[in-house]
Amino acid sequence: MNFSNFLLMRHEILLLTITLLLLIGEIFINKNKKSSLVHLAIFLFGIHTAIGFFAIDECSIFGGSFQTNNLIHLFKNVLNIGVFTLLLQSADWIQEKIVNQNRGTEFFILLFTSLLGMYFMISAGDFLMFYIGLELSTLPVAALASYETLKRKSSEAGIKLILSAALASGVSLFGISLLYATSGSIFFHNIIEVITSTNLTILGFILFFAGLSFKISLVPFHFWTADVYEGAPISVASYLSVISKGAAAFILMVLMFTIFKPLIHTWENIVYIVALATMFIGNLFALRQQNMKRFLAFSSIAQAGFILLGLITGTQLGTATVVYFILIYIFSNLAAFGVVQAISLKTGKENMDDYNGLYRTNPNLSLVMMLALFSLAGIPPVAGFFGKFFLFTAAASKGYYLLVFLAVVNVTISLYYYLLVVRAMFIRKNDHPIPFFKNKLYMRLGLLITVIGILVLGLYSPLYDYIYELSSIYN
Amino acid sequence: MNFTYIILIPLIPLVSFLLLGIFNKKIKPGISGYIGVAGLSTSAALSFYTAYTYFFTIGKVDGVYQTFVEKITWMNFTDTLAIDMGILIDPISVMMLVVVSTISLMVHIYSRGYMKGDDGYTRFFAFLGLFSFSMFGLVLATNLFQIYIFWELVGVSSFLLIGYYYTKSSAVAAAKKAFIVTRFADLGFLIGILIIGYYTGTYDFETLNNPEGSTILNWASSSFMGLSIITWALILIFMGGAGKSAMFPLHIWLPDAMEGPTPVSALIHAATMVVAGVYLVARLFPMYYFVEDGFALNIVAYVGAFSSLFAAIIAITQTDIKRVLAFSTMSQLGYMMLALGVSGYDGHEGVGYMASMFHLFTHAMFKALLFLGAGSVIHAVHSNYLKDMGSLRKYMPITNITFLVAALAISGVFPLSGFWSKDEILVAAFEHNKLIYFVGIFVAGLTAFYMFRLYFGIFWGKNTTYKHTPHESPISMTFPLMILAFISIFSGFIPFSELITPDKAGFEAHLNIPLAIVATIIGLIGIGLAYIFYKKENDLADRFSNAFGIFYKWTFNKFYFDEIYLFVTKKIIFNRIAGPIARFDKKVVDGTMEGIGNKTVVISKKIKGIQSGKVQDYALSFIAGAVVLALVFIYLWTN
Repeated sequence: MNFSNFLLMRHEILLLTITLLLLIGEIFINKNKKSSLVHLAIFLFGIHTAIGFFAIDECSIFGGSFQTNNLIHLFKNVLNIGVFTLLLQSADWIQEKIVNQNRGTEFFILLFTSLLGMYFMISAGDFLMFYIGLELSTLPVAALASYETLKRKSSEAGIKLILSAALASGVSLFGISLLYATSGSIFFHNIIEVITSTNLTILGFILFFAGLSFKISLVPFHFWTADVYEGAPISVASYLSVISKGAAAFILMVLMFTIFKPLIHTWENIVYIVALATMFIGNLFALRQQNMKRFLAFSSIAQAGFILLGLITGTQLGTATVVYFILIYIFSNLAAFGVVQAISLKTGKENMDDYNGLYRTNPNLSLVMMLALFSLAGIPPVAGFFGKFFLFTAAASKGYYLLVFLAVVNVTISLYYYLLVVRAMFIRKNDHPIPFFKNKLYMRLGLLITVIGILVLGLYSPLYDYIYELSSIYN
Repeated sequence: MNFTYIILIPLIPLVSFLLLGIFNKKIKPGISGYIGVAGLSTSAALSFYTAYTYFFTIGKVDGVYQTFVEKITWMNFTDTLAIDMGILIDPISVMMLVVVSTISLMVHIYSRGYMKGDDGYTRFFAFLGLFSFSMFGLVLATNLFQIYIFWELVGVSSFLLIGYYYTKSSAVAAAKKAFIVTRFADLGFLIGILIIGYYTGTYDFETLNNPEGSTILNWASSSFMGLSIITWALILIFMGGAGKSAMFPLHIWLPDAMEGPTPVSALIHAATMVVAGVYLVARLFPMYYFVEDGFALNIVAYVGAFSSLFAAIIAITQTDIKRVLAFSTMSQLGYMMLALGVSGYDGHEGVGYMASMFHLFTHAMFKALLFLGAGSVIHAVHSNYLKDMGSLRKYMPITNITFLVAALAISGVFPLSGFWSKDEILVAAFEHNKLIYFVGIFVAGLTAFYMFRLYFGIFWGKNTTYKHTPHESPISMTFPLMILAFISIFSGFIPFSELITPDKAGFEAHLNIPLAIVATIIGLIGIGLAYIFYKKENDLADRFSNAFGIFYKWTFNKFYFDEIYLFVTKKIIFNRIAGPIARFDKKVVDGTMEGIGNKTVVISKKIKGIQSGKVQDYALSFIAGAVVLALVFIYLWTN
């Protein structure tokens, strides 16, 4: 063990340093100047994101507890970009509503801690590290969900999240213990060698799967989603639906393609059923939602169902398409949440009817929202189409034609409700539309990044080629 | 010869769209019209130049028209399947370039007059630019994936253009309907593409269409439910085409789409977007023809023939002039489809294919003319309904004459363009399938009848007294009418059989005199009947429709197709499935939450309330889900 090994954990160490710096800043900076910490946090995280792009060696350190490879490294960068965009979109909210309660820094510290947990979770080389990462990523978010303590719904969201999360991680832990019982090890590389398809391992897998499904909000482990999204501050809902879901889906995929690979004949059926249930339930519930946050909650449940179409394959193609889809989904959903955030901040309005006639007064915001919804709905040529199309191709390559067909039916259903919002903004008349307002720099920047992502990701193909190449490790 | 410059044809409208879209508020309306027209003029000039060089100087090598492809590999999707982007130059794509650019240019010019003073003038021209870009991209696509992207983009821009009058709720509903119905059809298209990708390993048109290629030779290698899997893919792809080209039973969006501005109807719903389906089948014609002895092609033929007849019957009874034209379009598209369906491949056998493309060309011209003429009439009398019109020939001489030209052309009167193309279609049908021939000839008679019912109803008929005296439209609107009338008269003399054939070698076409005489007589009978019924104001037509009672009512209501769809979607899907779910969510989920929220004031109490409330249920479903999965997969579904 030498110190250069620590540099392989560059992501984690940097983020921890930033968090500590902010903590120190929180203690020493004059109360009246706290808002400068917001700028500092965004600045530091921006640097952290940029540094992340420098290459890193593949490794397995701490006796195999912590491992990283190029795909994991890439995925951490994806998460960073998502969180950075999210910070930009949240900055105004924090400055206007939170800083004067003297709690601005907390937000960043909790958020970064949760992100740190995700780093450890996806880099884990054994179940202990995995579990610590999982908990570390969840607990701070529960605190964040109840962040607006003055609002009753926010506290309720926090409580609901933490109770559901506790249950999920308990179930998950039970599953892990069963796997330990059958394999005699918590290290992934040992488990791969000895795992076979027995009833006990299947039970262990299912419990483990249920625990992670909670984070991805797959049906029937999704019930918390709508309530929490609706009650939590928009930034937190956005974080849950984008970053948290993406990271959990990624690690689930990695584990299923490696240690649970021998169980593929079981889990492909499980994934099949859960995928169908998730898509249909998510879409049908989304059809008549009025509250935009609830609407996006159900839409994000349905989107998670689509991810499973890539997950079911267990191949390199599946890996590549899932990572690619998550990347695109992060931008699309962040764009949608960003617009909701901007409008809610200025006017406090969160209902679809309030959006009637928005195009007349705020054409730019409406266009961003339209792009985001078109991307979520999968309409070419925006990025979302490619993400979905590739997932479908991956599933079709394994012969799941019926599943693909039903998924395409779901795309058509989802198109209907996404168009409802577009209709409200562009077509419906409103005597008192939301008046024109100008967003501050951070918010505009945050939305701009998402728009670039939505437009460029679909058309800039080398990125997919690159992901596909990296995915060869999970073949 | 380098064809790379062709990329400019789609790019110029795109630039015009971006320019107008981004500087929406800053550009004066007058200027934005000029920008649109200037852009499209350039594209049109390039298209004509391409057509000239391709057809007459360099396209033909050793008597066969060559296919030129310029493409880049856009993405290596897997190790075996690559996706390209590029442009493909062959006889039909070049012909489509000419059609799209001509009509689009005419519509741009026309719209400067028609949309004058409208609130969103600049936005309108921006959307026209977007549409032209997508349509050019669709025409030039080199592979299935690329064509699908532009296919959807065309759908989006059409959605935006139909819903242009967003203050009109019917326009909004129509836009949504068009989008959803065509998307539903595209669902088939998409699955067809996926199947093709996985069974042939390529999306490339050239490779797929090669008669000696592995796709066509090995079609029988895998089958599904008694048919080759490739045949299934072709049927699914045709479903997408049928959606765009308004074939029965996916036609329901087209009549409603008439709520959009009339120039849009002329551009999208008469001449360009709706022929995309025909173009798609023509693009994959060798596959349709060779795979499983043309099983899928037969479906195309019968669907086309039936749609053609069905729509022509409905067109007779409609009273909204744009709807008559919409059903007429659907009928003529059916004509093109049936022509493709009865076509062979080599030499003179390919007459159906040639005739279909020929008719696509001539129909685009005279149908756009009809729509623009109708727009001119609507502009003058501010109504879409026949009852508000009559004797307009006195006020609108140019519109009258040009409309008459188009009506004669579509009725197949010698020597106008429609006569030639329709004659070739009937020849092809006569040689291959007598049943379809008789449907075709009957539809020809119906077409002549409803078209002249329309013509006499608008320009002759009763002496309507108008509140404001109608007047002829401005020159910006009549000029495109005159141009299109000119093309409609003379384009029949273009030697299509030498330019566009399935084997690309061309053949000598001869007029089949007996068939031509029969068709002409049938057409004249139609016109004659319309003359008797509608030339002068009389009650013959009413007496007739009364005598037919029920049949008339069914036809007038378009055989109640919309109602059936509405019943299925609204009553069954919304009320039976989505409704209860939404209610469940509202009553149970929300209700519980709000109930909890209202009753408790103190937060501590509230936490207690939540604990005893929903979260337990959530936990229950969570555990139940895990347990059920475990039980099922350990005891029931074991491998």
